[in-house]
Amino acid sequence: MAITAIRRNAMRSFLTTLGVIIGVASVIAMVTLGRGATASVTNDISALGNNMLIIVPGADRRFGSSSSAQPFTQDDVNAIREEVPAVALVAPTSGGAGRAVYGNQNWSTGVTGADNSYLRVRNWNVELGREFNDGEVRTGQAVCILGETPRRELFGAGSPIGEQIRVGTVSCEVIAVLESKGTSTFGEDQDDFILMPLVTFQRRMSGNENIGAILVSATEGVPTRDAQLDLIALLRQRRRIHVGDEDDFVVRDMQEIGQVVSTVTGVLTTLLGAIAAVSLLVGGIGIMNIMLVAVTERTREIGIRMAIGARAGDVLLQFLVEAITLSVLGGVMGIALGLLGSWGAARAFDLPWVPGMDVIAGSFLFSALVGVFFGYYPAHKAAQLNPIEALRYE
Amino acid sequence: MTGLVEIRGIHKVYGHGETEVRALDGVSLDIEEGDFVAVMGPSGSGKSTFMNILGCLDVPTAGSYRLRGVEIGKLDRDTLALLRRHQLGFVFQGFNLLARTTALENCELPLLYQGVARTERRARALDALDRVGLANRANHLPNELSGGQQQRVAIARALVSRPAVILADEPTGNLDSTRSEEIMKLLVELNETQRITIAMVTHEPDMAAYARRVVVFKDGRVVTDERQRAIPPDARGERQGAAL
Repeated sequence: MAITAIRRNAMRSFLTTLGVIIGVASVIAMVTLGRGATASVTNDISALGNNMLIIVPGADRRFGSSSSAQPFTQDDVNAIREEVPAVALVAPTSGGAGRAVYGNQNWSTGVTGADNSYLRVRNWNVELGREFNDGEVRTGQAVCILGETPRRELFGAGSPIGEQIRVGTVSCEVIAVLESKGTSTFGEDQDDFILMPLVTFQRRMSGNENIGAILVSATEGVPTRDAQLDLIALLRQRRRIHVGDEDDFVVRDMQEIGQVVSTVTGVLTTLLGAIAAVSLLVGGIGIMNIMLVAVTERTREIGIRMAIGARAGDVLLQFLVEAITLSVLGGVMGIALGLLGSWGAARAFDLPWVPGMDVIAGSFLFSALVGVFFGYYPAHKAAQLNPIEALRYE
Repeated sequence: MTGLVEIRGIHKVYGHGETEVRALDGVSLDIEEGDFVAVMGPSGSGKSTFMNILGCLDVPTAGSYRLRGVEIGKLDRDTLALLRRHQLGFVFQGFNLLARTTALENCELPLLYQGVARTERRARALDALDRVGLANRANHLPNELSGGQQQRVAIARALVSRPAVILADEPTGNLDSTRSEEIMKLLVELNETQRITIAMVTHEPDMAAYARRVVVFKDGRVVTDERQRAIPPDARGERQGAAL
């Protein structure tokens, strides 16, 4: 009966449900996209390396670390390796910027001095060529590994393996290219760097033996928080920091950062979903509006039905079912539209598409509730009509 | 023998005090099975109020109205609705078919409220349309039918629930004389061959002439009650229908 009534007024029914359609679609799209962003951030964080901690000199200031802090030394690295069992891999690094030149091509990029453990900690895989060998690392040979971006910029389609390039003032042989990780959610090109042995970098580029940052990965099964505390204790002792004084270095837990970012995007998702839910509510008011018009318009019909034997409850149910059918139809169409829209947007923004059953079920239920809530008043009004007057209504 | 309708001294008063209107002022009337009563009277005579009460759309302020032995006066809205659903059929001056709904669906409507199953509903609605000679128009919409045809669909809709009484409120009021005659002949035929009890309001003496009995109202009272034709004896008590 309700379906028939809706079909008889197809255009108006559609316009009525449009509010609900848009409301449900925006809830679904917002939440789906928000979750996609969260998933993407989480992926980025794990791409940085599993269980990774980064140790940098300088106090933990809100805006960068103070440059005056004493850098780390190879002794610090050795001490971490020997004295902190919670740490599995230790990768000392030092970095700077440099111009890479090959033939008539050149490219400004980041240069990092490190060894193979850097690749382990950061989850880098060699796409082409080989990793550093022990001799190269120990004696500081002039070899380098390219990220995908400098490879593309310097060599285009050609193979770089075995070629000599100049990085800053150092002429070195390309021994490998890394697998691409692409752009992170924060818009940073993760492939834009050149790797060379730490000793090579220290001797030929920075001219000192400083270690700018130490990357470590926590031993499997050990909470990163424990590794973090052990590292802080060790480094405080080595750097002779008195009890009560502030650390002059920072141990960053990448998982922790990931969790913070996830929490932020989660809150944003909830907020956007809530705003979209308000539009669903407005859609419900649209339904109430049109149902009230329908009750007035169909006063005579209500009179006829009552004369024929419809009880107040029958009329109430009829109009309530019509309102619910409208809002549920709107809900279904909204779900379809929301999924489609978020799929398109996820593709456009290069985010993963994560439709959730909970959001779909939730917004479906909510749209049905909107129908009940906003349909009840008009239906009640219809049911209270006096049949004699309703029949006489022109 | 109990009559189908027994009305004893009913009053209907609207408003009170200074603005009190006595629409019905002590009306007593019996209607037997198989009768065809025409109710006449000028406007404001109380005939519409009387029909509303007879049709269980309204209840009297005082007095007694028994339909098949059931006292109506003290029933609530929902019980009255159930009485209308099972005992009464309505035919209106303005046809009052549901727009954008086929003739067949219009006829099915009372059965829908009675909770009759789909296949039986369809069969009975088609049968009712057949009895008014419109079986071939079953799938037409009201606006595709002439006034006379619409009124016949309305009569079919009133018939379909096998009511105790069909109440017709100026059924020919919106029709030209040829169509009016057709409708009256249909009502007479239903009354004679199928022994359906009919109460009809009209202000046209020509139409009242078709009835077996003419009741005239004035100022809320029955002034004349004349029998024009007797009720055939075989009609009495033979119609069955479930009492409420």
